[in-house]
Amino acid sequence: MSASGYAVLAEKVVKRYGAKKGSAEKRALDGFDLAVRPGTVHGLLGPNAAGKTTAVRVLATLLRFDGGRAEVAGLDVAREPQRVRSRIGLAGQYAAVDEVLTGRQNLEMFGRLFHLGGGARRRADELLEQFGLVDAAGEGVKEYSGGMRRRLDLAASMILAPTVLFLDEPTTGLDPRSRGEVWDAVRALVSGGTTVLLTTQYLDEADKLASHITVVDRGRVIADDTPDGLKDRVGGDRIEVIATEPAGLPAVAKAVGRVAGGGPVVTDTPDRRVHAQVTDRVAALTEVARALQDEGIAVEDIGLRRPSLDDVFLRLTGHGAETSTATEAAA
Amino acid sequence: MTALELHALSGREHSRAYWALVDCWNVTRRSLTHYQRQPLAIVWQLGFPIISVLLYGYVFGSAMKVPGGGDYREFLMPGMFATTMTMGFMNTATAVVTDAGKGVIDRFRSMPMAPSAVTAGRGAADLVVACAELAILAATALAIGWRADGGPLEAVGAFGLLLLLRFSLIWVGVWLGLVVPNAESAGGLYAIAFPITMISSALVAPSLMPGWLGTLAAWNPVSSTVTAARQLFGNPAAGGGTWVEEHALLMALVWPSVITLVFLPLAVRRFQRLSR
Repeated sequence: MSASGYAVLAEKVVKRYGAKKGSAEKRALDGFDLAVRPGTVHGLLGPNAAGKTTAVRVLATLLRFDGGRAEVAGLDVAREPQRVRSRIGLAGQYAAVDEVLTGRQNLEMFGRLFHLGGGARRRADELLEQFGLVDAAGEGVKEYSGGMRRRLDLAASMILAPTVLFLDEPTTGLDPRSRGEVWDAVRALVSGGTTVLLTTQYLDEADKLASHITVVDRGRVIADDTPDGLKDRVGGDRIEVIATEPAGLPAVAKAVGRVAGGGPVVTDTPDRRVHAQVTDRVAALTEVARALQDEGIAVEDIGLRRPSLDDVFLRLTGHGAETSTATEAAA
Repeated sequence: MTALELHALSGREHSRAYWALVDCWNVTRRSLTHYQRQPLAIVWQLGFPIISVLLYGYVFGSAMKVPGGGDYREFLMPGMFATTMTMGFMNTATAVVTDAGKGVIDRFRSMPMAPSAVTAGRGAADLVVACAELAILAATALAIGWRADGGPLEAVGAFGLLLLLRFSLIWVGVWLGLVVPNAESAGGLYAIAFPITMISSALVAPSLMPGWLGTLAAWNPVSSTVTAARQLFGNPAAGGGTWVEEHALLMALVWPSVITLVFLPLAVRRFQRLSR
């Protein structure tokens, strides 16, 4: 594969936009770095407008970039875009398929445009089989459900058995069942050796699929680790209490503060939720429950949970600060 | 098929021109398959001109005068042909904006196909459809008594000029399709397309319009094609004697060339700007 050994490599990539004379230069990517190991699912996370989609579009040869270096499947993206194109697949935020054609006609059309010639038909048959679309192959895509469209879209991006597959928010707007179908399809592809770069807004999706995660904000990488590694940064288990009345929140925060060991206690007012990191899980739970009972404060729920990627995300990007007030003691 | 097989197939060595042609044909084929899957689409597309022929020919026909004499329906038919060709840019624009919005154009651009095929294939399909439209309209026209009396070569020349107008408007359509934000706003282009075809010699001789409007109509590129087609078909042309009407044949070549020279580069530039 490549000299670097990575399926995707970006080094200090800069992408400017809106740079007209006189106006302030903006950077969608501002020294973006990424290294994706072959045969893995790599999650690219970040808030809206962080640069996720720009990064994918640059790597998929759709956007030229202004600085740095990018390599996909061992090929230089800026120098050999046409060769990169025969090694990648792309599925964007919408199912980029022809609504009027049937599923089979779509795959055959894209196959011929991938220069498979007479092989396009055979490849379409294989993919229809692989993505469970055989029964719907002769129907117009208009009649397809959201999940079927996405599966067809994925199939179209897989026509050339790409080395690297870019999935830009592949499950946005899908119901849970359709999301599951897409996840299964992605897992099957990766077990066949494909490398997947996945952007998503759903952290549970990254948690389920990705073995490595890069968090990007304002065009730069702010964290790069395994999902567990990222969670460890946030710390261990958390105690979480949901108050029945908003008025009870200060008392709940006080009770939780006693077991937090000096760490921050986060009060999430709209959700009437208070949570903090704890070291001794069971003792903390017992103590908080007793304290709340003694003071007669009604709670809706009390429990322990592992930190989620949501916690990581909030911590790293500082977004969501509008809804939480954190008492930063020692972090 | 294994990745090796697929890459061997896809990587077959041919010249760039060969792939550009093959890709163009495959994009054309895709658009034409739409009509095969939705035969009603072409009926709707043709409904407007055919109903216009009947409305203008029979409802208004008796009240319409052709300056210099002649049958109004004979006068009308080349106008309807040109109107259909002109409105065609809307179909191009709608198809392009739909592909752009759904990410189909991005998918094409991320594939190892010739970039030129995306628009060239679209244009080729539009020309094939335009030929079908002209054939059906001409059959309708013959059925209501229209005749091309100017000779077969002249008739072919007239249809050639009509297709040339349609060809030049493909690039207007592609450009607009890449400029407008979504299919809904592309629909709003009818508000521009409709007056463009009305303020021309397609339905009424410019010499019957108020002075300034008549001048505008006479200089409308659509009018040059209509007048040239009338002359070639041997239909009443009702020329108003202005320079542009006297040189309709020349202008029916000049106008589409100018439109192509302006909008083809604009469309190409717009397409290239997608990667900025």
